[in-house]
Amino acid sequence: MTEGSSFTSAGGHGAVPTTDVPVDEGGFPGSQPLWEVFVRSKRGLSHTHAGSLHAPDAHMALRNARDLYTRRQEGVSIWVVRAADVVASSPDEKDAFFDPAGDKPYRHPTFYEVPAEVKNL
Amino acid sequence: MTSETADPALEQEFQARIDADDRIEPRDWMPAGYRKTLIRQIAQHAHSEIIGMQPEGNWITRAPSLRRKAILLAKVQDEAGHGLYLYSAAETLGADRDELLDLLHTGRQKYSTIFNYPTVTWADVAAIGWLVDGAAIMNQVPLTRCSYGPYARAMIRVCKEESFHQRQGFEAMTVLAKGTPAQRKMAQDALDRWWWPSLMMFGPNDDASPNSAQSMAWGIKRFSNDELRQRFVDATVPQAEFLGLTVPDPDLRWDEESGHYRFGEIDWDEFFTVMRGDGPCNRQRLQRRVAAHEEGAWVREAAAAHAAKQARRTQEVAA
Amino acid sequence: MSTTAAVDLDVAQYCLRLGDDALVLAQRLSEWSARSPQLEEDVALMNVALDLLGQARNLLTLAGDREGRGRSEDDLAFLRDETDFVNAQIVELDNGDFGQTMARQLLVSAYHLPLWQALASSADEGLAGIAGKAVKEVAYHLDHARSWLVRLGDGTEESHRRAQAGLDAVWPYAAELFETDELLSGLVERGVAADPARLEPQWRATVEAVLAEATLKVPETTWRPSGGRRGQHTEAFGYLLAEMQHLHRSHPGGRW
Repeated sequence: MTEGSSFTSAGGHGAVPTTDVPVDEGGFPGSQPLWEVFVRSKRGLSHTHAGSLHAPDAHMALRNARDLYTRRQEGVSIWVVRAADVVASSPDEKDAFFDPAGDKPYRHPTFYEVPAEVKNL
Repeated sequence: MTSETADPALEQEFQARIDADDRIEPRDWMPAGYRKTLIRQIAQHAHSEIIGMQPEGNWITRAPSLRRKAILLAKVQDEAGHGLYLYSAAETLGADRDELLDLLHTGRQKYSTIFNYPTVTWADVAAIGWLVDGAAIMNQVPLTRCSYGPYARAMIRVCKEESFHQRQGFEAMTVLAKGTPAQRKMAQDALDRWWWPSLMMFGPNDDASPNSAQSMAWGIKRFSNDELRQRFVDATVPQAEFLGLTVPDPDLRWDEESGHYRFGEIDWDEFFTVMRGDGPCNRQRLQRRVAAHEEGAWVREAAAAHAAKQARRTQEVAA
Repeated sequence: MSTTAAVDLDVAQYCLRLGDDALVLAQRLSEWSARSPQLEEDVALMNVALDLLGQARNLLTLAGDREGRGRSEDDLAFLRDETDFVNAQIVELDNGDFGQTMARQLLVSAYHLPLWQALASSADEGLAGIAGKAVKEVAYHLDHARSWLVRLGDGTEESHRRAQAGLDAVWPYAAELFETDELLSGLVERGVAADPARLEPQWRATVEAVLAEATLKVPETTWRPSGGRRGQHTEAFGYLLAEMQHLHRSHPGGRW
């Protein structure tokens, strides 16, 4: 990287390069599954999507979710769902590559074993 | 993934959303450049959080009071959490956390230069809270309105926690600055060493940052490097005066006409040296990070193996 | 010295034992910061450390109150010398690898849970007050240690080997947690302290169940190191204290 590269201050603690920085590679073996986390912070409300995390199994996913997304509160209810089990549909989103009848929540190239054009997986 | 020959209607719709200050969500069509820029920025932001645990965590076991130990433990724990929120946001764009970590470990993705400086005294921890978190907040608050939904939402979470960190840092600095002569000296020394690197956190001057314009057009960057840096100086100099400490800049002066502080030239050689990997702690930070990852591989493998065994057992029982 | 004051000094000493256990273990766990096998574990272990540090602060403050000499939590944490620390040796042992850390955590948390459950009805209001929150926290610590030890013990060959080795290393130190002496018996009689003789069977049942699930062998040893409650520590302790106390001691009277 040379003095000519650009940098951004925009990301948090800033001062990181914006050029010549790769963003992804081919598939990576041995990773832990991704889970989506939903939290109901108090009775009377419904569960809302809080984010995601990695964990090897459901028990650890729940524990990790409690540590990460509810650190400051007691009495919350947590749902964790394997991201791979979530089926998504949002008719507003216009994307030529997705089946509007239902698909994965994220545009994740390595989510799919085969190209995204192939349906019914 | 996204086609190179994109339908101009999709581009227009995308840009219209941005211009209307609407949010782009994971399944929306987006230009390849937008996606790449975001992954890079979010990932490097995440990397900064987890590398940042090292200089601060350096003083947990040596904190001078139990209350400070608890505050520092909570802060470092928050940073790990912020890293996790941010990796999670990056993953909604099609990145994978293991891949992003590998890019960090092999030096191909970076983290903020500020964390390549050593925390050699307790006052450094206070200074980081006051200055570094102060600067980070300047960057992060605008990001809560970033065009990409998951990143903006992660930043809202982060900002709530970060303001606590800055207040604690300033409080710790205040106690030192109003303390014994030895403590005052420690505080001044920390300010002397952390001031300029904190200014460098905002990146090069605007005229040396060509990519900023595109990021602004995409709603990823809201203010220019120089604007944010000026805001930081204007907010922080009065705080230093309150502390009775001297900002290590002989050219620093209040400019009545503009209503801003004018400050001296930043040593961009130092900035590029640290960015290039030759700062005081670059090698040490990365080595520690890689060692934690490698030494923990057997644990992660065990967890995966156990999960696989349990899945097989469940199948056998069901059969 | 009146009888009430003598009882208070005994309670103070008991609080120091519990408080030093929590403080030293919190200190050890914080060494995992930015070193854990994955980020989620950095969060989890710092959580446990924070809980224990919070318990330590409450206990040391209470000890100072019951002692009646005006010593604060920081005076007790930073200005006592090694022979005045009365933690059990198990908490001061080096962390070892993640397997050893989880094994030690299992043994300590399986003791903490029945301990704090019993102390919820302590005749000393201060202790009973601390117990309310502590019980929930240590239940969580126990579940964390159990979850990991099962995954490591029943994971890969390497993780099984390491978990067994870690367990073997810390096991002999567990016995000290259930020792009794005159001070403790007196406090048990008064309903202030938890009776170690009652804690031990519950501890054993919990631990043996976890080890069975983890496919780990219960270590057999006749060696029973002891001395922590009398201020006699392992070689590791001096280094731990030096690191913890040095800055505070370098600025006598300093405020932070």
